[in-house]
Amino acid sequence: MRTRRAVILGLGGVAGALAFTLGLGAWRSRGTAPATDPRLPLPIAEMDFTLTDQCGATVRPSDWIGRPTMIFFGFTFCPDVCPTTLSDISGWLEDLGPEADRLNVTLISVDPERDTPAVLSDYLANFDPRITGLTGPLAEVERAAAGLRASFEKVPRDGDYTVNHTAGVFLFHPDGRFASIIDYHEDRRFAVPKIRRTLS
Amino acid sequence: MRTPILAALLSLVGLPAMACETFTIGNLMIEHAWSRATIGAERPGVLYVEITNTGSADDALVGIATPVAEMPMLHETVVTDGVASMPHAMSVPVPAGQTVALAPGGYHGMLMGLTTTLKEGEGFPVTLTFRDAGEVTVPVEVLSMQAEGPDCEHAGQ
Ligand SMILES: [Cu+2]
Repeated sequence: MRTRRAVILGLGGVAGALAFTLGLGAWRSRGTAPATDPRLPLPIAEMDFTLTDQCGATVRPSDWIGRPTMIFFGFTFCPDVCPTTLSDISGWLEDLGPEADRLNVTLISVDPERDTPAVLSDYLANFDPRITGLTGPLAEVERAAAGLRASFEKVPRDGDYTVNHTAGVFLFHPDGRFASIIDYHEDRRFAVPKIRRTLS
Repeated sequence: MRTPILAALLSLVGLPAMACETFTIGNLMIEHAWSRATIGAERPGVLYVEITNTGSADDALVGIATPVAEMPMLHETVVTDGVASMPHAMSVPVPAGQTVALAPGGYHGMLMGLTTTLKEGEGFPVTLTFRDAGEVTVPVEVLSMQAEGPDCEHAGQ
């Protein structure tokens, strides 16, 4: 376990370093248009998709502008990764307290076939109520993933299927600029300050 | 908020804290066997447990069986380039003198084909088969879906 987490953190380090370098670059070349790195998520304002939340309401990325946003992928048939991420996030939100009320916190289902709004609603009832869930046509979920530079893949398994998916949590500033990625199961000592940076 | 917290505390007090008991087979110590509550029986359940090998010879967990799942199997969650997948694990090594944890985000028992909903506060038996030490059946405590593991310090152990 220890080793595995270290490896995951290591990968995160790469993404973090990349984000940091780019951030520094943007600062250095202030005034000139920042080059968009194809490996980093688009700003929310440039994303384009339409999904449905667990209450049946239509959600578009433009709805998120004005508040810091946290987005991650998952599906309710996954007993290990997804409850762990939701549990981690619930813990981070608890640490942040009422400050976290300002965040958009959104799970996007990579299994829209099985995750209807009603299913997401039942599932999310087990976690922090500030977490919302989105589902919709597969093509729209694919557009969302493309904007976030995330990926998912349905894999046949034991007469059923599972979905491999990007496991990190994406953070965006209130104006929609990409802020950072919290890696899968990252320690709250690192995760919570990353979120705080989008709240200030 | 007050009522759920109170309810949670009460249910903790009332729990037999199965997950905090220790079981042994040969040189292996089995502790903290727990699972997460499920919504219905349609979705797979999960099994987490810690195994300590106090002996001087390596062993391995090679199989799991439980009456609550028709197709229990060993998986390992792996994150590659940020993408999580969970390949089958043929076995989980339990090296001499070490503790191995089936824990969130790593090795886990995947309980496919649940025969019943796993409800928080309830329990079920699981039989662990080790390559050398043989079989041992231990109780598994079902915690909330949000749980990250049993809190055994407060359970008096
Ligand atoms: Cu699994």
